[in-house]
Amino acid sequence: MTGDSSMLLWIPLLPFLGFLVNAALGRRLSRGASGGVACTAILASFAVSATVSWPFLFGAPAGAVDQRLYTWIQVGDFVATFALRVDALTALMILIVTGIGSLIHIYSTAYMHEERESEYARYFSYLNLFAAFMLLLVLGANFLMMFVGWEGVGLCSYLLIGFWYTKPAASNAGKKAFIVNRIGDVGFILGVLLAFRHFGTIDFQEIAAALGPVAPDSQFGVVSLIALLLFVGATGKSAQIPLYVWLPDAMEGPTPVSALIHAATMVTAGVYLIGRNAVLFSHAPDVLVIVALVGTATALMAGTIGLVQHDIKRVLAYSTVSQLGYMFLAMGVGAFGAGIFHLYTHAFFKALLFLGSGAVIHALGGEQDMRRMGGLKHALPVTYWTFLVGALAIAGVPLLSGFFSKDEILFRAFQSGHTWLWTVGVLTSLLTATYMFRVVFLTFHGTSRAGTPAAPDVLVADGAHGPSHAGAGHAHLHDAPPAMALALLVLAVGSVAAGYVGVPHALGGDNRIEAYLAPAFGAGSSEADGVEAGTPETPGEAADEHGATLELGLMGVSVLAALGGIGLAAFFFLTRREAAARAAARFAGLHRILLNKYYVDELYDTAVVTPLVAVSRHALWRGVDAGFIDGSVNGVGTIVRQGAAALRQVQTGSVRAYAAGLLLGAVMILGYYLWR
Amino acid sequence: MATLDHYLLLSAVLFTIGTAGVFLRRNLITILLAIEIMLNAVNLTFIAYGRFLGAVDGQIIVFFVMTVAAAEAAVGLAIVIAMFRHRGSLNPEAFRTLKG
Repeated sequence: MTGDSSMLLWIPLLPFLGFLVNAALGRRLSRGASGGVACTAILASFAVSATVSWPFLFGAPAGAVDQRLYTWIQVGDFVATFALRVDALTALMILIVTGIGSLIHIYSTAYMHEERESEYARYFSYLNLFAAFMLLLVLGANFLMMFVGWEGVGLCSYLLIGFWYTKPAASNAGKKAFIVNRIGDVGFILGVLLAFRHFGTIDFQEIAAALGPVAPDSQFGVVSLIALLLFVGATGKSAQIPLYVWLPDAMEGPTPVSALIHAATMVTAGVYLIGRNAVLFSHAPDVLVIVALVGTATALMAGTIGLVQHDIKRVLAYSTVSQLGYMFLAMGVGAFGAGIFHLYTHAFFKALLFLGSGAVIHALGGEQDMRRMGGLKHALPVTYWTFLVGALAIAGVPLLSGFFSKDEILFRAFQSGHTWLWTVGVLTSLLTATYMFRVVFLTFHGTSRAGTPAAPDVLVADGAHGPSHAGAGHAHLHDAPPAMALALLVLAVGSVAAGYVGVPHALGGDNRIEAYLAPAFGAGSSEADGVEAGTPETPGEAADEHGATLELGLMGVSVLAALGGIGLAAFFFLTRREAAARAAARFAGLHRILLNKYYVDELYDTAVVTPLVAVSRHALWRGVDAGFIDGSVNGVGTIVRQGAAALRQVQTGSVRAYAAGLLLGAVMILGYYLWR
Repeated sequence: MATLDHYLLLSAVLFTIGTAGVFLRRNLITILLAIEIMLNAVNLTFIAYGRFLGAVDGQIIVFFVMTVAAAEAAVGLAIVIAMFRHRGSLNPEAFRTLKG
């Protein structure tokens, strides 16, 4: 119960103020000023976050700190307070969001410097807003607060992916991201409504407390349904099957935006949602199995697609989808700590990889096709070495951060008895290493292929780096400018070091992060609630001797997988380039399927989009709108007009006809009185 | 000896003549004259009843009717002259601009 709760509001408020300044005054500010405002805002937010998180990270294991600002909505039983809350999980999340976010802001000042000043300010205002909403999402103490942030990041992703809105591909990608996210949001909303109906509250702590004494669903009950609906929301935000399709298209945005979406914000929201409601999900074992299966399937599927893509950012996008699959696998086997641990390490190396790829694209004047890269190792030394560190980390090479977190997930998957999931996980780990080093070798090694005409089967729009970068002034190769290099170096250090908070017991570590996060996943993270902090799946004690041996064995397997993957990549893409082409020709069918991403977009197009458009056009537009609604409005008009046309005949204009009418009327009235 | 019935019959005949004049004549001035006949037919009824009932009300109303008739004749003739200047015709069928 430490920490100054009154500071919490400043964490999302500072970037929001930065957004307001840039949004209102952006046109009048110079590039330096608007970039400076944005960076200052997010750095200040980082400083506040660090202050707030300090007691959680280095003090005694603390409960939660609340800041209740006011009662937002009160209708009958429904009460939503505008309340922020920090616990161990949120403390970690705000540090990731503001920390990685700050680096991305700094990097962007250099990356976007060729934009016009108003565009530059617009970019930074969106970036600040994105961070603000993400912080609101992780700080919200109840579902409604989280929902505001949840929708906010959806909005900002739309704005940033479609940043170069004059390019149709970019604006379409923005719309796709928004719409696909909305589909998931329906699940989220329904889940929240059902949670309120069932528990009578939307506060996370109160829900967890209410569930504390209840046994987990033995069958598929209400709690399971709530968890499943929330998971649907999570698949939308966190790009899992079946709603992952927006994420690869999101590469149309500026590269730092991709880094922001993939590393610090947005896609981690779904994982965070499950972590935040760990107790709820623990009470729904059936749903957890679904989560694990979906996560694993996504990891494998995205990994295989990533293997053959030509666009450097697209490979990274599929790798994010794949790594998110790992996180969901961890969540699904109840290893919430491991999932969040991977989220945290992934934030470092994925941001690094994206920013590194951005540096490459920047250096090549907007080139994203790896078939026209190569041999950049010497021209871009900083980028090369940092990118290599990131690739080693994501591949799971020992002693780097990705190794610890990914291994923890795989170990926990195996331990929970899901041997099949473990097998697929290891296979995916091999794929990860292969496709990452395919990128490294194709981009940085070999000979330069710059200027090679694009192959006819290019699937992605080239020159996607925005109109300004495609212009002149970029003819020569140049390594990352200082602001970009700084971000890359810091992230590279992070990618190496971040894992050491979670060294497993088997390697003589104490897995600090697991113990640190445990209270956040417990039944009641506040002692004041009087509920025992039972952590269903967290191993409180050191693993026994057998477990340690098992863990070491599994670790060996995954290290072999990682090194094997790197070896495969080296064989196919470094030493024997023609072997890769031969293999592609040999398995032409498979290659084409992978290159076309399993035709999932086409499938959705045929199965969902086309029927939906047809129904909308024929039934809703022509039938309901034009037929019924317009029909009734026009019908009223027609009746009036035709009635008037009939009545108009009475108005002859002849005085004598009127006089006749008068006389007739008088006679009739008189007659009535005389003969009644 | 002329009874009330005779006066009422005469009045009805005059009113019918006036009405027929309004409908059948094709000259606005004649129509105005026909209207005068109708008014005076009504006046006759008032006078006859006044006499028959021994009340003075009928005569009072007749004065009012005569006043209104005078005003009506003045305004009516003025309008007829204006219309004639406008259209060069006194046929009421020439004035059908307000046909719906």
